[in-house]
Amino acid sequence: MKRRLFLLLPLIGTAWAQPEPRVISIAARKFEFTPGEIELRLGEPVVLELATDDVHMGFDAPGLGLHADLLPGKPVRLPFTPQKAGSFEFACDVFCGSGHEDMGGVIKVTA
Amino acid sequence: MQGIDRRQFLKIAGLGGVVFASGLARAAGTYAASQDEFFFVQLSDTHWGFKGAPNPDAEGTLPKAIAAVNALDPQPDFIVFTGDLTHTTDDPAERRRRMAQFRDLISGLRTRNIRLMPGEHDAALDRGEAFKEFFGATHYSFEHKGVHFIALDNVSDPTGAIGPEQLEWLTADLAKQPREARIVVLTHRPLFPLYPQWDWATKDGEQAIAALMPHSNVTVFYGHIHQEHHFKTAHIEHHAARSLIFPQPAPGSVPKRAPVAWDPQHPYRGLGFRSVEAEPGEYKLTEHPVLKA
Repeated sequence: MKRRLFLLLPLIGTAWAQPEPRVISIAARKFEFTPGEIELRLGEPVVLELATDDVHMGFDAPGLGLHADLLPGKPVRLPFTPQKAGSFEFACDVFCGSGHEDMGGVIKVTA
Repeated sequence: MQGIDRRQFLKIAGLGGVVFASGLARAAGTYAASQDEFFFVQLSDTHWGFKGAPNPDAEGTLPKAIAAVNALDPQPDFIVFTGDLTHTTDDPAERRRRMAQFRDLISGLRTRNIRLMPGEHDAALDRGEAFKEFFGATHYSFEHKGVHFIALDNVSDPTGAIGPEQLEWLTADLAKQPREARIVVLTHRPLFPLYPQWDWATKDGEQAIAALMPHSNVTVFYGHIHQEHHFKTAHIEHHAARSLIFPQPAPGSVPKRAPVAWDPQHPYRGLGFRSVEAEPGEYKLTEHPVLKA
């Protein structure tokens, strides 16, 4: 038993040593995301925390495989680690009103 | 999925447009040969109520297109509008006012057999409520001279999905058709993921395509992207129509989707409508400008 615990200790230590992922808050409102431009580093674990107080909206970044439905008062957390560099568009993909088609932004991932 | 090599099909027509001859029904053989010839007209994305620099003649473009359709000789068997009849507004009363004006305008079309379907601008903010009040069902099917037409609604759900209930209806509708039947699908958004970054897709479009796949002779006509576009998913061809308000850039060709600017030297450039001739074994598509040169 003691030997097993001894073997696990380095793993526990590694987990403790890992920094908390950076949390990036994104507010969705008619008809913009704030911030509309997000800069990330390749390989950096982050959590996108999305929220809206308006109406049913969406967050869709197909180039990064990220998608969320955003309902008023129900924040959504999207943890992910960028695996490729580049600029990736995101947009609201729930038709939310007269300015819906202008509602988008970009995630820039640098090496 | 694959693009279509237009060079295989394009030839210049006398009207200043182009004719796109599709070999869709080759496999249908004698079934297709038994069908009557006819043609219909597709208009799309009229966005009645839009105001802005991308079209300084927003109130004049649809009337000009109606005049151009009325000048066709012979007249089409029917006319279809593939969505975004009106430009969206957050005001339900204004939405209905625009729909009433649109209804009055198209009453001037000589061809009275008119088929309408919604775009997200018409239907996504009230799940098609106002559209149904003015124009009836948002999805339906009908027969015309041996062709089975299916109007699919992929816009009343604001997420841009067809939805399980309508997909079930589609499957049941298709089950009544022989596998070699000529089938035309009319819809607003592309059923395939043309460019999801710009919302040029249907969330569950792959399920509709899967339902259509067993049928050997299917063609899809749609709008939404404000430009002519031709694409194939396996044997199914998808043809997007021009808009009658402003053109959009080619998919992914610019960093941000925005209307193509109005060119005073070439007014109405990129706008227009389409006629589709259904002949035994093929469809011929002709693109018409709003104003003849």
